[in-house]
Amino acid sequence: MQILHHPLVERTRGILFGSRAHRGLTFTIVLYLLLIAIGFVYLQPLLFMFITSIKSSGDLLNPMVQWVPSELYLGNYLRAFRVLDYPETLLQSILISVTPSLLQTLVCSLVGYGLARYRFRGKSIIFVLLLATFIIPPQNTVIPQMLTYRDLGLLGNPLALILPAVMGQGYKSAIFVLIFYQSFISLPKVLEESARLDGASDLRIFFNIAVPSAIPAYIVAFIFSVVWYWNETFLTGIFLEGGVTTLPMQLSRFTQAYENLYPPGTVNIFDRLNEAVKMSGTFLNILPLLVMYFVLQRWFVESVEMTGITGE
Amino acid sequence: MTNRREINLRTREALNGYGFVLIWIVGFSLFTLLPLLETLRYSFNEVTVTATNINLEFVQGANFTRALFTDPNFVELLIGYAIETFVSVPIVLIFAMIIAMFLNQNFKFKGVFRVIFFLPIVITSGPVIRELTAQGAASAPGVSNIPAVVEFLQELPRALRTPVEYLLTSFILILWFSGVQILIYLSSLQKVDRSIYEAAAIDGASSWEIFWKIILPSLSTATVVNAIFTIVTLSHFSENHVIQYIYSQTYNVQGGIGYASAMSFIYFGVMIVLLVVIFLLLRSRAKRESK
Repeated sequence: MQILHHPLVERTRGILFGSRAHRGLTFTIVLYLLLIAIGFVYLQPLLFMFITSIKSSGDLLNPMVQWVPSELYLGNYLRAFRVLDYPETLLQSILISVTPSLLQTLVCSLVGYGLARYRFRGKSIIFVLLLATFIIPPQNTVIPQMLTYRDLGLLGNPLALILPAVMGQGYKSAIFVLIFYQSFISLPKVLEESARLDGASDLRIFFNIAVPSAIPAYIVAFIFSVVWYWNETFLTGIFLEGGVTTLPMQLSRFTQAYENLYPPGTVNIFDRLNEAVKMSGTFLNILPLLVMYFVLQRWFVESVEMTGITGE
Repeated sequence: MTNRREINLRTREALNGYGFVLIWIVGFSLFTLLPLLETLRYSFNEVTVTATNINLEFVQGANFTRALFTDPNFVELLIGYAIETFVSVPIVLIFAMIIAMFLNQNFKFKGVFRVIFFLPIVITSGPVIRELTAQGAASAPGVSNIPAVVEFLQELPRALRTPVEYLLTSFILILWFSGVQILIYLSSLQKVDRSIYEAAAIDGASSWEIFWKIILPSLSTATVVNAIFTIVTLSHFSENHVIQYIYSQTYNVQGGIGYASAMSFIYFGVMIVLLVVIFLLLRSRAKRESK
C-alpha cells in the first residue's frame, strides 16, 4: 500500500487523471478523441458530397474508388453550373434572403424594444401569440395567403415574402423578437431617462441609445435570418413559383432541369444525370452559405456570449 | 395632483409601448390569425378554386373523417412522424447537452470544433438534405449495411423496428438538427457562476455529483426551450413526409384545398399533443430534481 502514496506515483496519477487544478492526460485524450469522432460524423456528409462531386463517371462505377477519386474531374461542376443557371439564381437567392431579413430584423427589434422597455396591458398575451406564431405550422396559414396574393397579382413577386416580414410575421420572426427582447431588457434605465429629460422622443431614444447598444444582436439576428430565408423552400416554393427562382428551388427540381438541358436520348451515356452531378449541384447550392459562414463565423460562434440567446 | 400626473405618465408610457408593438399586432391579425381562421373554414368545406373566385360547399366533418378513416396513407404517416419525433428529441437534447458541456471547457482548437458543430445551422435545408439522404450520406457511417445489423433488425418486433431503423438511417440528420440547441445550452451553462463549481469541489463533490446536482438543474429551462424548438423545427421541416403529403394533396382535383386544410389541422393537433407530452415529461423530471 505504501507505494500508492509514493511521490512519483502521485505525480504520474496527477498527469494521467488530473488533479483539482488541471485536467489529466487521459481526460484530455478522451476529450479530443470524442470531439474528433463527433466532428467527423458532422463533416462526413459534406466530405461525401464534395468527393462524389469530383468523381468522373468512371470513378463512380468503379467500386474500388470510395474516398479517393483517381482524378479531379470538374465536368460535373460545369454541367451543374449550367443546369442551376448559377449567376442568375444566385443573385435572386441573395435578393430574396437579404431584403426580407433586413426589414424583419428592423421590425423585430422595434417590437422587442416595445416589449422590453414599456409597461402596458396585454403584454403576456402578446408573448403567448408570439409563441403561437412560432408553433403554428406554415401549411395551416399558407393557402389563404396564397389565394389572397393570387387575387392581388402578387404571386411570384418578392413582395409576397417582404410584406409579412415588414409586419413582423416573417420566417421565424418570433425568435428574433425574443432575441431583441433579451438584449434590450438589460439596458440600464438611466440612459433612457436622462435622454427623456433632455426632451428626446421615444423613437429618437430607440435609434440613438437602444440601437447602438444592441449592435451584436442586430448582426446575429440578421445573419440567422438570411440563412433561414435562404434555406426556406416551402414558402418560397408556394409564393414565388413562376416569378423568382432561388438556388434551393432550382435544386429541388434539378433532375427535370437537367433533362431539359441535356435530353436523355441525345447525350452519350457518360453525360447522363448521375450522383456526381447532383452532388455538384448540392455543393454549389451551399457554397455561398459556406463562404459567408467562414467569413462571419465569429458572429455565429460567439453569438451566445454577445446576445445571450435563450428563450426564457 | 401628483397621483393624476402619475396616471397620465403611465398611460403615455403604455401608449408609446403599443406604438412599438402595433405593427406586429396588425401583422399577426393579417398574416397569421386571418389565414388560420380561413384555413379552418376551408377544412369544413369542399373548396373549388376557379380563375376568378373560390367556391365553398359546406360538408361538415367529411374532410376530417376522410383523413382519419378512409385515407390509406395519412394516419400511417402521422404515426411515423410521431415516432420519429419521439426518438429524435431525446437524442438531440442529450447530444446538444454533451457538446455544449465540451464547448464550455477550455481546450486547444476549441474554435475549430465550434465552427464544425455549428456548421449544420447554416447548411441544413430541404433540398440539400434530400440529396444527401438519397445518396445514403445521412446514415450512421456504414452501420446499416452490416449484415448482422440487418438481421438483428429483422428479428425485432415491428413496433420496435421502425424507431431503430429510423435511428440508424438518419443518425447524422438527427445530429445535424442540434446546432441551435447547442447554442442555447451553451448560453445557459455560461450563466452558471463558476464559483459554485469551485465551492462544490472544495466540499468534496465529484464531477459526477456536480453534473447531477448543479449542471443539470441549471439547464432545466434550456431543456424545455430546446425540446420545443426541436419539435417545432422537425415538424416544420419541408422534407417531413406528412407536410409533403399534405402539400401534394393541396393541388389534387379530388378534395384539394379543403381536404389539405383538414389534414393540416389534424397534424397541428398531433404536434400540440407531442409538445404537451414532452413538456409534461420534462417538467415532472425537473420537479423531482428540485425536491
